[in-house]
Amino acid sequence: MIRVVLPFHLRNLARVDGEVEMEIPAPITIGKILDALENKFPVLQGTIRDHGTLKRRPFIRFFACKEDLSLEPAETQLPAEVVSGSEPFLIIGAMAGG
Amino acid sequence: MSKIRVLVGTKKGAFILTADGKRKDWKISGPHFAGWEIYHLKGSPADSNRIYASQTSGWFGQIIQRSDDGGKTWNTPGSSPEDLKGPGGFPKGESNKFVYEGEVGKHLWYDGTQHPWEFKRIWHIEPSLTDPDTAYAGAEDAAIFKTTNGGKTWKELSGLRNAKSNLWQPGAGGMGVHTILLDPKNEKRIYIAISAGGCFRTDDGGKTWKPITKGLKSPYELPDPDAEVGHCVHRIALHPSKPDVLFMQKHWDVLRSDNAGDQWNEVSGNLPTDFGFPIDVNFNEPETIYVVPITSDSLHYPPEGKLRVYRSQTGGNEWEPLTKGLPQKDCYVNVLRDAMAVDSLDKCGVYFGTTGGQVYCSANGGNSWNAIAEHLPAVYSVEVQTLP
Repeated sequence: MIRVVLPFHLRNLARVDGEVEMEIPAPITIGKILDALENKFPVLQGTIRDHGTLKRRPFIRFFACKEDLSLEPAETQLPAEVVSGSEPFLIIGAMAGG
Repeated sequence: MSKIRVLVGTKKGAFILTADGKRKDWKISGPHFAGWEIYHLKGSPADSNRIYASQTSGWFGQIIQRSDDGGKTWNTPGSSPEDLKGPGGFPKGESNKFVYEGEVGKHLWYDGTQHPWEFKRIWHIEPSLTDPDTAYAGAEDAAIFKTTNGGKTWKELSGLRNAKSNLWQPGAGGMGVHTILLDPKNEKRIYIAISAGGCFRTDDGGKTWKPITKGLKSPYELPDPDAEVGHCVHRIALHPSKPDVLFMQKHWDVLRSDNAGDQWNEVSGNLPTDFGFPIDVNFNEPETIYVVPITSDSLHYPPEGKLRVYRSQTGGNEWEPLTKGLPQKDCYVNVLRDAMAVDSLDKCGVYFGTTGGQVYCSANGGNSWNAIAEHLPAVYSVEVQTLP
C-alpha cells in the first residue's frame, strides 16, 4: 500500500482526512503516484502539476525518506520504504517566504 | 419581503452576507474555501441558487466551485454526488482546465520581446443572463472562456486574441480579463475589458472582437494617441435598460460612451482625482453612477485619508461626495475594481468592499453608509443578489 501525504488545502479539496492510501502496481514512480492520485481524486488535477504539460507546479515539492525529489523526473523510482508503505510520499506546498 | 445576499471574495476565502430588504441586520457565513484567494463569485440571474466562484492559489492553481443551493454547499463542477452516480459518471476533473485554443501565441512582454501566453487564474466569472449552465470566465493571461455545462468544462473564445493581442502587455497587476458585460437586449453582444489591454466588443457571440477605445487618452502609458489597445481600463459598467451607454473608470479618467463603446468622452468633471478602480450604475436611475476616487497610480488610497464615494446623477461631469457613515480621517484602504455592486430594490442599495476588510452598504442610493462586515481579509470582489 502506497501512502501519500497531501498538504492541508489539497486534503480539504479532496475531502480526505489524514494520509491517502493507494494500491499501485510496481514499479512505483513519482509519475505513477500522481496518476493514481489524480485518478482517485480528479479534483486534484491541475493542482499539483499543470493540466497540459504535467509539469510540477512551481511551489509544489515532493519528498520521500527525507530526500527532496522535486526536481527528479517523473519516471524516478521511489525508495523501497515508500514502495513497502513504511514511509509516505510527501506532497508539500513550498514555503512562500515573508 | 425581498432578501439580499452579498457575495464577498477576499484574499483568504469567501463570505456570504444576508439580510432582509431593510438591509440593517446582516448575518455572515464563511469563510468558505478558507485560506484560498477568491477573486470573484457571482450568482446566476436565471437561478439565484446557482453561484459560481473562482478559487485560486499561488501554490495549487485554479479551482472553480459551484453552489446550487445559494452558497450553503459547494462542489467543483462535475464532482457532485449526483455526477458520481451517473452511468459514465466518473468525474474527469476538468472544471479547472483552462487551455488556450490552438497555437498558444505570444504577447508583448515587459522587455519588449514577445512572450507566450500562460494561464494563471480566473479573475471574473459572468453567468449567462438566461441559462444557469452557461457562464463566461475572464482569465489572466487575458482570454475569455465559456462553459455551457455548468462549469464542468470550459472552452476559450479564442477570437478575442485575434484583436491585436501581440500588442497587449501586462501591467504591474497582471494581464487579466476583469470585466465581462452581457448585453441584455442583444445576446450576441459582449463587452470585455483587460487590465493594461483595453476594452473590446463582440457582436457575434464571441467569434470576433474589436477594440472599442476611440476617445481614450493615455498619454503617459501610450504615446500614440491613436493606439487601439494597451489602455489600462479598470472597469466598465452599464445599466440593463440602456446597454449602449457604457461608463468606464480608466487608470486615470472617468468616461462614458453613448454608442456601445464606438466613441468615449471624458466625464471626470469635478472629481478630486479621476484615478480609481470600480464604477457602477444605480439600478433605478440609469444616469446615476458611482466611483471611488483614489489618490493616484502611486498612492492607492483615498485622497486626504477620507473614504468618499462620488455620485453623479447626471451621467458624469457633476459629482458629489458621499461621506455619511464612511471614515473621514486616517483611512488608507483601496477599493478594487470588482468590489462594488448594486441591488435592485426600490431604494437602490450600493455596496463596496475595501482592502482593509470592510464591506459597506448604503440602502438609500449612497446617501448614508453602514459597515456590514469588518475585519475581513482584503476584499477582492463584491456581488449582490436580490432575492424574492
